[in-house]
Amino acid sequence: MPSNKSVSDAAITQFINCRILRDHRLQRDDLWVREGKVLDPEKLFFDEKGYADKLVDCEGSIIAPGFIDVQINGGYGIDFSQASDDVSSGVSFVAKKILQHGVTSFCPTLVTSPPAVYHKVLPQIKVSDGGEHGAGVLGFHLEGPFISVEKKGAHPEQFLRTFQSGGIEDLMEAYGGLDNIAMVTLAPELGGSQSVVKELCQRGITVSLGHSVANLSQAEEAVHHGASFITHLFNAMLPFHHRDPGIVGLLTSDQVPAGRTVYYGMIADGIHTNPAALRIAHRAHPSGLVLVTDAITAMGLPPGRHTLGQQVIEIQGLHAYVAGCSVEEALEAASLHPAKLLGISHKKGNLDYGSDADLVLLDDALNVEATFISGEEVWRKGP
Amino acid sequence: MRLVILDDYDLASEWAAKYIRNRIIQFKPSAERYFTLGLPTGSTPYGCYKKLIEFYRSGDISFKYVKTFNMDEYVGLPRAHPESYHSYMWNNFFKHIDIDPANAHILDGNAEDLETECQAYEQKIAEAGGIELFVGGIGPDGHIAFNEPGSSLVSRTRVKTLAKDTIVANARFFGNDLNKVPTMALTVGVGTVMDAKEVMILITGAHKAFALYKAIEEGVNHMWTVSAFQQHPRTIFVCDEDATLELRVKTVKYFKGPSSTDDAE
Repeated sequence: MPSNKSVSDAAITQFINCRILRDHRLQRDDLWVREGKVLDPEKLFFDEKGYADKLVDCEGSIIAPGFIDVQINGGYGIDFSQASDDVSSGVSFVAKKILQHGVTSFCPTLVTSPPAVYHKVLPQIKVSDGGEHGAGVLGFHLEGPFISVEKKGAHPEQFLRTFQSGGIEDLMEAYGGLDNIAMVTLAPELGGSQSVVKELCQRGITVSLGHSVANLSQAEEAVHHGASFITHLFNAMLPFHHRDPGIVGLLTSDQVPAGRTVYYGMIADGIHTNPAALRIAHRAHPSGLVLVTDAITAMGLPPGRHTLGQQVIEIQGLHAYVAGCSVEEALEAASLHPAKLLGISHKKGNLDYGSDADLVLLDDALNVEATFISGEEVWRKGP
Repeated sequence: MRLVILDDYDLASEWAAKYIRNRIIQFKPSAERYFTLGLPTGSTPYGCYKKLIEFYRSGDISFKYVKTFNMDEYVGLPRAHPESYHSYMWNNFFKHIDIDPANAHILDGNAEDLETECQAYEQKIAEAGGIELFVGGIGPDGHIAFNEPGSSLVSRTRVKTLAKDTIVANARFFGNDLNKVPTMALTVGVGTVMDAKEVMILITGAHKAFALYKAIEEGVNHMWTVSAFQQHPRTIFVCDEDATLELRVKTVKYFKGPSSTDDAE
């Protein structure tokens, strides 16, 4: 047989006997990968007269884009908000562990902390690709400290802050710098916050609204300035009221600029949100749903006392489930939507030709069977 | 000719696929001696392709030593367009079988020099040793490939302007917008197909009945270019009952006679 490549010598892998998520549907089709990216097999056939070097038999599994978790505070005994000297190994440890849940990229999240913690932790982690070593780091998600005292949730009150000097300077002072930050959650009713929203968005940082008592107008103003996410919808914000829906009203607001989508994070564990509430949100605005774990140190650990930033919390047990939408919608809420939120959907969160081949193989019950990053298998379920 | 009449579209598709399968198997193709197959596109051969894929999947046949030559392709339509014949062949056939991409030939409707492309195609067919079996369809206006009414019956591969009938017939693939249908195509000539050792024409559906009548019960006529195959030594017409609706009862009875649907010889 003549050489099967004219564009590149790199090996071509063909995933067969699978159903792939493409064009919002699960389709019976093969998936082709070369040099870590999804390959167009028709171009390969006609342009390069090429064919696959290696076949991976998926035995009927679903192939979905690798999951992207934009809110995860730690896990397996690691707390990202602890001022450790070696944050890197903690992040790496979690990055490796979450591969078994099909997560291929994530945003290490820090809850409200004193400046000393941010100044110590932030410089130690850079945006990086995933691989055998673990899921890729997309940048930090800084949840706080510029949030509402009335909706602090599990955040420590003494470290909450307001904008004093005029916005971005407060941010720089609190965090120490804005490199490697993917997202900031803040309360848009705080004085001076709107200009901060604008400035952060201009710097390419996603702004999320959360832990806030903002009314709908304040929330809409923030969206107008570029805010595009709602941190754990329903939790730590004013409840929906028919005369002022508050932040929740963004789901159906007509003030969202044309062509933009407001995404909302949902912790779909049945505890943070009643499934009926989750379904109301999903039906009102299905394309905005982003599934997050908001996992904490205690994830993956036995019940007991653990830290969450500067607090100590108890954990009694864990369960999680997805409610109210189709399989395809659920898979997109964990992959495509977070990718679009972070502005990386040109290479992540989908199986389009040219996208990074970050994949998760699932059975019909959506249990993870194997995880791939850039086309390489990085985790497989044991027998 | 042989006229093979099956009860319905599925049975006609199956018969045709089995015939192709048997021909390839009997030929015993190898690296030194490829089986050359001419192929059509459109809704008629769709069922036949599905059956061939089934035969490949169950191990009955391999396309490793088969070279294919498609009949035609639109001019100016991007190759990746879902209605291009490249897309059709990839999605409905090539991606499901084990053919070597270097052996799957389709005219390039976006070539810099269309004339040269056509001549080169004739050359490739000659270099492959000629076509062993050319499978084709028939248009409602009796054309084979894009050899529209008035095409020379000794024509070779060339650029053709599509007839109104053909454009209307193809509009359904372009959102029923006549303006979106390509107006020109590259096509093998009537003469090119006549050069094949054997020709099999698939004709199904009542809307093709009149064309079939003109092709086999009237004279050889360049207005119904499929009629040229009356002068080919080995032609088989495979059709369903509906396609025979315009034929004389006598013709149908004759061809439905004993051993008319044996597939292999």
